[in-house]
Amino acid sequence: MTDTPLLDLSGLTKAYPGVIANEDVSLRIAPGEVHALLGENGAGKSTLVKMIYGLVKPDAGQMQMFGAPFAPSEPRAARAAGVGMVFQHFSLFEALTVAENIALGMENAPKLSALSQRIRDVSDTYGLPLAPDRTVGDLSAGERQRVEIIRCLLQDPKLLIMDEPTSVLTPQEVEILFKTLRKLSAEGTAILYISHKLEEIRTLCDSATILRLGKVVGHCVPRETSARDMAEMMVGKLLQTPTRAGKTPGDVVLSLQSLSAKSPSAFGMPLRDISVDVRGGEVLGIGGVAGNGQDELLAALSGETLSAPGMISFRGRDIGLLGPTPRRAMGILSAPEERLGHAAAPDMSLTENAMLTAAMREKLDTGGMLNWNKARGFAQKVIDAFDVRTPGPGNAARSLSGGNLQKFVIGREVLQRPDLFVVNQPTWGVDASAAAAIRQALLDLAEGGAAIIVISQDLDELMEISDRFAALNEGRLSDPRPAEGLTVEEIGLMMGGAHGMEVAHV
Amino acid sequence: MDLSAINPILFVAGFLVAATPLIFAALGELVVEKSGTLNLGVEGMMITGAICGFATAVETGSPLLGFAAAAVGGALLSLLFAFLTQIALANQVASGLALTLFGLGLSALLGQSYVGIKPPRLPDINFGPLADIPVIGPILFTHDIILYLGVALVAGVWATLKFTRAGLILRAVGESHDAAHALGYKVVRIRTLAIMFGGACAGLGGAYISLIRVPQWTEGMTAGVGWIALALVVFASWKPWRLLLGAYLFGGITQLQLNLQGAGVAIPVEYLAMSPYLITIIVLVILSRDKSAAPACLGRTFHASS
Amino acid sequence: MIRLEKRPQPSRAFSLATPVLAVLATMFFGGLLFAALGKDPFIAIKTIFWDPLFGEFAFFYRPQLLIKGAPLVLIAIGLSLGFKAGIWNIGAEGQYIMGALFGAGMGLAFYPAEGFYIFPLMVLAGAFGGWIWAMIPALLKVRFGTNEILVSLMLVYVAEQFLASMSLGLLKNPEGFGFPGSRNLQQYAPAHNADLIAGTGMHWGVVAAMIAVIFAYVLLTKHRLGFAIRVTGEAPRAARFSGVNPTRLVLFCLGTSGLLAGLAGMFEISGPAGQVTIDFNVGYGFTAIIVAFLGRLHPIGILLAGLLMALTYIGGDIAQSKLGLPAAAIQVFQGMLLFFLLALDVLTNYRLRMGRTEVA
Repeated sequence: MTDTPLLDLSGLTKAYPGVIANEDVSLRIAPGEVHALLGENGAGKSTLVKMIYGLVKPDAGQMQMFGAPFAPSEPRAARAAGVGMVFQHFSLFEALTVAENIALGMENAPKLSALSQRIRDVSDTYGLPLAPDRTVGDLSAGERQRVEIIRCLLQDPKLLIMDEPTSVLTPQEVEILFKTLRKLSAEGTAILYISHKLEEIRTLCDSATILRLGKVVGHCVPRETSARDMAEMMVGKLLQTPTRAGKTPGDVVLSLQSLSAKSPSAFGMPLRDISVDVRGGEVLGIGGVAGNGQDELLAALSGETLSAPGMISFRGRDIGLLGPTPRRAMGILSAPEERLGHAAAPDMSLTENAMLTAAMREKLDTGGMLNWNKARGFAQKVIDAFDVRTPGPGNAARSLSGGNLQKFVIGREVLQRPDLFVVNQPTWGVDASAAAAIRQALLDLAEGGAAIIVISQDLDELMEISDRFAALNEGRLSDPRPAEGLTVEEIGLMMGGAHGMEVAHV
Repeated sequence: MDLSAINPILFVAGFLVAATPLIFAALGELVVEKSGTLNLGVEGMMITGAICGFATAVETGSPLLGFAAAAVGGALLSLLFAFLTQIALANQVASGLALTLFGLGLSALLGQSYVGIKPPRLPDINFGPLADIPVIGPILFTHDIILYLGVALVAGVWATLKFTRAGLILRAVGESHDAAHALGYKVVRIRTLAIMFGGACAGLGGAYISLIRVPQWTEGMTAGVGWIALALVVFASWKPWRLLLGAYLFGGITQLQLNLQGAGVAIPVEYLAMSPYLITIIVLVILSRDKSAAPACLGRTFHASS
Repeated sequence: MIRLEKRPQPSRAFSLATPVLAVLATMFFGGLLFAALGKDPFIAIKTIFWDPLFGEFAFFYRPQLLIKGAPLVLIAIGLSLGFKAGIWNIGAEGQYIMGALFGAGMGLAFYPAEGFYIFPLMVLAGAFGGWIWAMIPALLKVRFGTNEILVSLMLVYVAEQFLASMSLGLLKNPEGFGFPGSRNLQQYAPAHNADLIAGTGMHWGVVAAMIAVIFAYVLLTKHRLGFAIRVTGEAPRAARFSGVNPTRLVLFCLGTSGLLAGLAGMFEISGPAGQVTIDFNVGYGFTAIIVAFLGRLHPIGILLAGLLMALTYIGGDIAQSKLGLPAAAIQVFQGMLLFFLLALDVLTNYRLRMGRTEVA
């Protein structure tokens, strides 16, 4: 009887124009099993779970739940069948309260007062403290994830899908999440756990299915498989880790003195009293959970938001009141996290996007008149130097894949020879080989004497390339410490620990 | 000039009437905006409602049928907007303008043979002795049923948004259409329904002008009330009761300037006639600082791309 | 079932084809409308689109094309700059009125003096009048974050009342036997915006419109400011990131569109209209919104769209007198055009797919 799997997928295929997202994917999950779905960005993990959750219909293949055919036409049907999903990008409503958010995810939501009580009960049981009447916009990323998890748990799911759940958590919070998940699994709830972090999977999961380019390339038992073997299956080839020669840091390039700034967006995080010096040739890695001031810090450095005099100086010159253009002229370049719409204009060609930030330093205009030929040349140069896969510079930014556009965005700035380069999430959503290339480019830039600030939520990345490490928490920056020799424990504490959850979770 | 010619009781009763078209139009738009859509076509839907209601009332002799026809007319016109913005994914600002330009033309076309006619009158509700209470009686209890319907509708929308699941879903769609979609809610369908509700309300508001407040048909007779209704939604921070308050404020100002014109104040008529528009601008300036109450997805186009 | 699927990049072909398709669709459905009104649709469409250009009295109507087209193009060019950047000035009608009042006021202030300087001063005053009227929503938006759509529109009603006050008061013709309206500028040579070549309709406004088209074309394709406008419209955050100052952009776009609308009003009042009257404005400021969209916010497109829209005005007049087609029908016709354009525009960025009917 245990032979009937909870969920049995066979031969699932889903194609989008130009890409086959999933091809003949099969996997089985038993009740209470924690099953990892492992793969690089773009391997087809998200499409697969969207099919299970009823957001996408497969072109071919069958799904069965407890031996009966299962073909949810919409999320509602999937939820009714006992599938719960915690999204990577939260499906939450910022202006609504926790209880309202949870009610929206339930089929037969009770009255809000009764619901609030149930929320408290569940959050006590599973050690996930949450106040039902708080507005979601004011919650931290970890708390928001709890909202999603509790929303699922209230429906008594048989299968819980977690899409990259740890990318928004501190190491301490990850521990707590894993305890919750183990408890659920012990109670018989199966968990489909999506991740590309191998160590995590080895700690938590009972079995793993590995996807590459939309196809299943292997199954394994993570505890018995080395991270290296899994990585090889996932990526298909062995990757080189970035290399750099040792060097001595140069003069102080950037100096922040008690930098404080309000956030331009309604639910943003203000910067609070940030002080740090960055030297030439040095890579400062800034970690932290999303939403703790990363965007705001980049905006304050790029000149998108101005700050009071005396807070930011570049090579000894006060630049707080200068906008992006004069800062670029001085050699301060940056690449924001959001590629489409912030770092690049989606509907504009790569040539136009090259003009966007390179007009000043590459002299693409004279007296306000734009030189499109020269801009095209520069865009082509970026495409060549960074191996951007596109038919040519005339193509729209949105037509590029995430990884290729990221290479273009980073390359566009790197080729302008910055003295200070600030980048937020340089390899987010980028496949492994492109990520390695981008990291190498950053290290080469530092090698050449530039100061680099890398803001990232990927701690492995930061440990790999940073000289010094600091963490953003609630808009404050911890004291930077040499990256070498930092333990995960220490990093976690710098990131703010478990955000007040230790007490609740004994 | 003779200010004593203004009877305070008639003035207050009058501004309740002046405010009613605004209440309907603005309340409809509030629901539309709560769903995350910005429909700038209120003026066009109002004037269409005004002529649909007027023509139907004249042809059938029944003002109530006229109001029903106005609601249907406004809702039908709003369907055009829904098609453009929800199906064809057109820019909402441009589509709203198109709706207004089209509505103004359409109403003029429909209304050609109705110029100069008197519509049948909608009788006031008989409250019996209540109407005889001094001051309060003539102010509160001498109106037609539609005026009371307007106030009831404010209460209804308020309660729906605050207490019901339908209201919660509507707000959720306006806050984040992507999240709502991910949870399985039909964003386009919900927004289309909201748009049609807005159209019906605007139609009722327009008909109230042509059948009760004026009452006759002239081209372009809504004269910017639809636009003021849009401003009123901002003024009210998307809250129904504040909207009612704002509508009375604007109604009061409109009524006051009309009364002052009648009383022969030394200010030229044109400058008095400007005042509601100028005051709208001033109110907008004062209230524009606080945008936090606006639905987060207001005016953004939704396309389920997954 | 038909689904929409986002194109990897905007289709150039559809971007050019949609205005043409929209015009054809409007002719078709407009024809149905005219038929419903009891007119022969073919004759109506021919009267509107053919007769003004090639009919018996075309020699009379062709100059009208320039006279009616010039203000539409001039205003639409200004509006298109803002629309491209997501800055919505829909109060051009008010700026047009104010330009006319300032221009006419300047001219009448010199009456009956002679001098070459009078007309240039009127041009400046007209431009200033439109500009200052548009600067009200601009400054309020920049300073207080006020919605420019509502403010600019409210100011149309204010301008109309102001116009009424002026034509009945300050600017009223003292020798006009008490009739409302100002002196006729056509009879005051130094202030008259006459045809540059008699009988062609080619007045200074037409020249200004041509200059505006060229200016806008160069600005949008070759200049940093035009690039800033386009980026701001497509991706506001990317524009900020690249160093565009949104405040300056709002002031520039609203200011320029007001200035051009003011010029249009001034050229109209000193030429074809001649006289400040309570209803000299015929809604060019609103029709120009249609022209801007129909021309795809592109200067050359706007030039063509302006001429087409002028044609519907003239053709509409002819159809009104010859066939008894109501003036409002033309207004509906113009509104329809905008509808079809917006609806078909989806094809530029999306492609239609016939999906299999899903087995749920």
